[in-house]
Formats: sequence, C-alpha cells, structure tokens
Amino acid sequence: KKLGIVMSGAKVPADISGHMLDLDEEEDLEVFSKGNPMPNSPDSMVNQFRLDEENEEEQQGAINKDIFVTVDNPESHISAIETFITYRVVTRTTRSEFDSSKYEVRRRYQDFLWLKSRLEENYPTLIVHPLPEKFVMKSMVERFNDDFIETRRKALHRFLNRITEHPILSCSHHFKVFLTEEELAPLRKLGPGFLSRMSETMRAMANSVRGLRSKLEEFAIMQEYVDDFSNNMCSVDKVTHRITKEHREYMDELKQYGPTYFHWAESEELLAEPLKGVGSCVEKCSKETEEQIQYLSEVLVPTLHEYVLCADTLKAVMRRRDNIQAEFEAKNEALASKTTDKEMEVDDLADRVEQANNALRGDWSRWRTSMRADLKSAFISTAAKNVDYYEKVSLTYWFLFRLRKEAT
Amino acid sequence: MAEDVKEESVASNDESDRAASDGSLSNTVNKGSCLLRRMEICVAEAEKRSGKNAVSMQETYTVYLVETRPMDAIAEGRNPPPDSLWRRYSEFELLRNYLIVTYPYIVVPPLPEKRAEFVWHKLSADNMDPDFVERRRIGLENFLLRVASHPVLSNNEMLYQFLTKEHGWKEMVYETGFQTKVQVCNSAFCHHWDVLYYNSFSLLQRVADRLYAVYKVHGNYGRVFSEWSAIEKEMGDGLQSAGHHMDAYAASVDDILEEEEHYADQLKEYLSYAEALRAVCRKHELSQFELEMASQDLISKKQQREELATGIVHTFSLKGMTNKLFGQEAPEQREAKLNLLEELIAEGEETVKEKTAECDEHAEKAWADIVRFKDQKDKDLKEAFINYALMQISMCKKGIQVWSNAKECFLKM
Repeated sequence: KKLGIVMSGAKVPADISGHMLDLDEEEDLEVFSKGNPMPNSPDSMVNQFRLDEENEEEQQGAINKDIFVTVDNPESHISAIETFITYRVVTRTTRSEFDSSKYEVRRRYQDFLWLKSRLEENYPTLIVHPLPEKFVMKSMVERFNDDFIETRRKALHRFLNRITEHPILSCSHHFKVFLTEEELAPLRKLGPGFLSRMSETMRAMANSVRGLRSKLEEFAIMQEYVDDFSNNMCSVDKVTHRITKEHREYMDELKQYGPTYFHWAESEELLAEPLKGVGSCVEKCSKETEEQIQYLSEVLVPTLHEYVLCADTLKAVMRRRDNIQAEFEAKNEALASKTTDKEMEVDDLADRVEQANNALRGDWSRWRTSMRADLKSAFISTAAKNVDYYEKVSLTYWFLFRLRKEAT
Repeated sequence: MAEDVKEESVASNDESDRAASDGSLSNTVNKGSCLLRRMEICVAEAEKRSGKNAVSMQETYTVYLVETRPMDAIAEGRNPPPDSLWRRYSEFELLRNYLIVTYPYIVVPPLPEKRAEFVWHKLSADNMDPDFVERRRIGLENFLLRVASHPVLSNNEMLYQFLTKEHGWKEMVYETGFQTKVQVCNSAFCHHWDVLYYNSFSLLQRVADRLYAVYKVHGNYGRVFSEWSAIEKEMGDGLQSAGHHMDAYAASVDDILEEEEHYADQLKEYLSYAEALRAVCRKHELSQFELEMASQDLISKKQQREELATGIVHTFSLKGMTNKLFGQEAPEQREAKLNLLEELIAEGEETVKEKTAECDEHAEKAWADIVRFKDQKDKDLKEAFINYALMQISMCKKGIQVWSNAKECFLKM
C-alpha cells in the first residue's frame, strides 16, 4: 500500500521540494491536512506537529510510514592505517525528496556519529534516540567480537528507525544525505568547523556559569524528572545485569549437577532408570535456563541500556535548551543596560528560545509515549518468557512423575 | 509390662540370632519379634545443656528426649504418659558402634551428621543452630525406629536399656567389652564414600545456593520499581504492583529451599547407609580371609606330619637338608613332635570347622539383610525422586503464577 503526503499547494519547506505525490487513502488526507497548510518554517512545522499530537495514537497505529531503513551485513575493512567495520544501510522510500525509491550504502560508526551531531546541531531541543556507545569497557573489550558487532548493528538499526518514525527528524537534510550519498567521508569533513563548535561550547560554559534568570516551571519539573529517570534507569539496569549474572551461575551449577545422577545410576540396578530420569530433567532445566538468559540479554538488557543512554540524551537536551535561554537573557540584559543596541539580535534570540521550548514540549510527550511503549513491551516479554520457562520445566518433571507413578 | 518385655528380650546375641533365623530370613520385617511392635518410640525434644566434660572443661551440648510408651496400653485405649530419658548424640553413637561390632553381618542404620558441615546458605556451621538441631532430632528418631523394627537388631538388650535406663547405661555397654571385637578400619572405601558424597551434596548445595541468589536478586526489582513509579504518571501503578510481585517471588525461595533440604537429607541417609552396607561386605571378606588362613595352616601342618611320619621330604626346608647332611633326629624327639602336630592338627580342624560355619552363617545372614536393605532403599529412594519431581512442579507453578501476575501489572503500565 503506497502512502502519500498531500500537498495543498502552499509553500513547502526546503527539504521537500515541490513534488506532488499520489494520494491513495482518504484517511491519509484526513491525517495530513488537518486544516493547516504545509509548514514553511521550522516553527510552524512544530506547531503542526503539536496539533497532531492529539492524534498521536491514531498516527502510530496507522503506521503511515513511507520510509523504511535497515542496517545489516557487517563487514570488516582492513587498511594500512586502520581496521573498521562497515554496515550496509538500505533505504526504501516513496518520499518525493528522494530521487530514487531504493538506496544502498555502506556506513561506519563514525558516519552515524556525524549524523547524530548534525541532527543535534540543527534540532538542539529535539530528542534523538541514542547511538550505541563508542566503547564498551565492561564485558566485551574485543571490538570485533561477533556478539559485540551484532549488538551494535541492532542498536544502529534502531537508531535509524527511530529517526524515520520522527516527523521532523526524518525530513532532515543530513538524514537524507546519510541514507543516499555513496561516500560520506568527504562530507564529514565539511560542516561547522572545529572552531565554531569550540566557540559554541565556550558560550555554553559561560552561560551555565551565569545561570538562568528564571526557568519556566514546566522545564524545572522536566529537569527533575530527567534526573530521577536517569537514576531509576541506572538502578533497573544494574539489577537486571545482576539477575543475568546470577542466572548464568545457576545454569553453570546445573550443568555439573545433572551428570552426578547419571554417574550414580552406573552403580545401581533398579534405581538406574529413575536416577537417569532425574538427571535428564535437570539437564533439560539447564537448557531452558540457557535459553531464558539468551532471551533476557537480547530483549530486556539492550532496551534498558538504551534508556540509560536516553537519560543522558535528555540531560544534554535540557542543557542545550538552557543555553539558548541563557544566551537570550545575556543579550537582553545587555540591551536593557544599554551596552548594546542590537535589538534585532535580541528579537532573533527570543524567537529561538520560543522555538526551542516548543520543539522540546512537542518531542517530550512523544518521547514519553515511546519510552512507555518500549519499556512496557520489554517487561511484558520478559514476564511472558519466564512463564514459558516455568511451564517447560514443570512439564519435564511432570513426565518424570507420571513415569515413576506408573512404574511403582 | 516391663518385666514381660525383659523376659522376651534375650540377653545373648547368639540366641536372638538363632531365634530370628528360625523365624524367617525373608525380606519383610518380622514385626512379630521386633521391639517396635511392643513399644512406641520417639525423639520428642532437644535441649541445650552445659556441664564439665571429661577434661573438666566447660562445654555446651544438646540432649534429646527419648520417649517410650507400651503399645498394648495404647491399644487398650489407656493413654499412659511416656517414659522418657535424655540422651546425647555421643550416646547414640555408642549404641550404634556397639551394634555394628555385635552384628557384623547386619546393615546397621545410619545416624545423622555429627557436625553441621554442610549448612545451607548460613554463615557458619553451627551445631547449636536450631535448624540443624531439628534435622538431627528427626535423624535420630529415624535411627531408633529403624533399629527397633529390624528383625535381629530390635532384640538387642543394650538397645532396650538405651531406651529405658537413663543412668549407668554407658558403663553397661563398656562392660560387654565390645571394643575388643572391633574389626579392620575401613579407610579405603571411606575415601570412596567421601568422594561420592562430595559430588552429590556439594553440587546439590551449590545449585540451591545459586537458585537462592537468583530469587533474592529479583527482590531488588521491588525496591527499584517502587522508586521509579513515584515519578511516572501512567506507568506508576503498574510498576508499583509489579514490584510487589517481585518481592513475593524473592520471598518464595525460602519454602523451596526447605523442601530441597529435606530431599538432600533423604539422599544423604541412603548414601551413608551404603557405607554400612560396604562395611558388611568387608567383614564378610575378612571372615573368608581368616578361614583361608586357617585352612592353609591346617594343610601345612598335615604336610609336616606326613613328612615326619614317612621321612619323605616333599618340600624343601632347611631342617630337611640339615637332617640329610647331619643325620636325622632321635626317634623320641620325632615322637614328641608328631604328638604335638596331632594336637595342633586336631585344633586346626576344629578352627576350620568353626570358621567355615561362621562364614556360611555370615554369608547367609548378610545376604538376607543386604537384600532387605536394597529393597527398602529402592522403595524409599523411588519415592524420594517422585517427591522431588512433585516439588519441582510445585515450584514451577508458583513461578508461573508470580510472573503471570507481574505480566498483568506490566500490561497496565
């Protein structure tokens, strides 16, 4: 089913350059032309988005995605200077701003980092899903270990997919470049230089030292939530890791315990059968435990980890928002104390604050919703898996019980 | 009543053995002659005592209350108060050692652990620990019940006195002089038994410890979810109630472990029974060895007689050679030697006859008891395994319930 975006003839934002697409479904029309003309500035785009917020559930339910991205096929590249892994990124889309409907490129981790920093720069107060970490200190030190690569691949896949689901970020120019350009390396080197990034950081530092004049209560509450959420996520993550560790140790012991029954059976006659029976039940139990651990590490652990990283992202977003406000306040004060007469500049900065706040507000509830969905789903799956585990083990022992009962 | 019992119970071991062998050597417990039919026995309580020991040092120890009641009085509907006395573990040990020596061909039931060596996730092995004391009490009761229901052992006088005579019992046992009859120490297979024991039980215990850890760690979810729920609006209730289920899950492991402990005790009992069994086999081997020695001795003496009588030397000996070289001894000396040899041979034949009878008797009785033991063991352990399976199923059921409930809570998030 082809989905389309309807253009009502109004001016369109820079990214989506005046193509008319086919309209297939009445529902799409309903959703996308809520009485507003297509946005022509980031600001009105956000307003559009905020109104759509009410139909969020509907939107997400309808799965009106017109762009699909996959990350797979890791390959290692060995050169004289370095060794690194590239991943295949495949895009299928019906969006008009894309010349083709299918793209295939190879990307390395640094490319993903580039994309993330571009997005954060252009949309400082939108919440970008976190990338997997650059290094993992704890368990998998080996960068080219298969498990590590697979875990990273899945996380990169999720990263890109979150972007495609985001109504604003998915329209980003840099995102399109990332998905379509053959060679990203030359482009990576362009863009805001080192110096401009430095100056931004320094401005931010200066502003944070000054402190904010007044913070809207909603953002103060948000900040408090972010801090608490971060602590809570870390705790849940820690507990889950501990549980996985204990499960592993339990399984290791079971693996040794089972054979003792078989060993004992060797010196028995009538008891040999029941002993072997118990032994094989214990064996089955250890296999099921192994599967349970596997499931936990593939479903719950990565999800919790991502939300630990999300907490850091949120903190950064809050900081950036604060900086924007601080910058405005600084210039505003300067104006008031007549040390400058750049009223225009102050107006621009005021606008910027307004935009930043609105963007954050919009993305905030969006993020809360998807966080809730993700974590809820992960916990539900885990609970279901545990039920399944106990059912399987119980069945194994039940058969033993029946056998023995019949024998006596 | 007490006098009747005394008359029936036989002082001499041989007589009681014969009585049993006349009755039946079948596997079934010959309850007609066993003590348990006449007397109800139990180890009711345990108490701490302190006093001065043999080297005049203050020590704390546990005593156990052994209660007995006459069965016929109970059958008649009278409910007489039990006779009781206090016994220490060491006295039970003494009784068992006495029985082992006195009935070398009987598989004597085992006692529970002397020391709390293998304790379940407790910090130190403590003989005063209430759980250990309770498990020991049960083990001691089982020991008495088994001995009192054994067709041969139950008729033993020292057993009866153990149950009825509080003071002076120990002296009575020592007076029998049983220690002199103690046989070869079974060090070789003790090692084997230790290895088997170590494998099965340390692993069983380690598995239990790990399982304990898995359950308890989930309890942390309770705390963490509760904290988290405080900052969430829609998810708060779901998280909070899921947290409660995690707490319940963590708490449920205590019951599970208690049952696993019980199972371990059953296995342990039979593994230590196996030790007793091997002791019986070794004693039988020893008897056979002694018989062989006696036979060899007899044969060589007969040969010596023949040589003396005929003058023909069949085997090389220094004496024979010197006789050849230096001439034989005087006829009077030969005569004396021959007479002595005849006496020794007569003695030797008696010995061989005795030993042969002993061996046969041992073999028959040991075999009967071994078969009886095996059947009992197979029956008991099969049941233990069935119960183990049921226990696992019950544990799984609880797990299913908890996680289904948790899932319901997560769905409400």
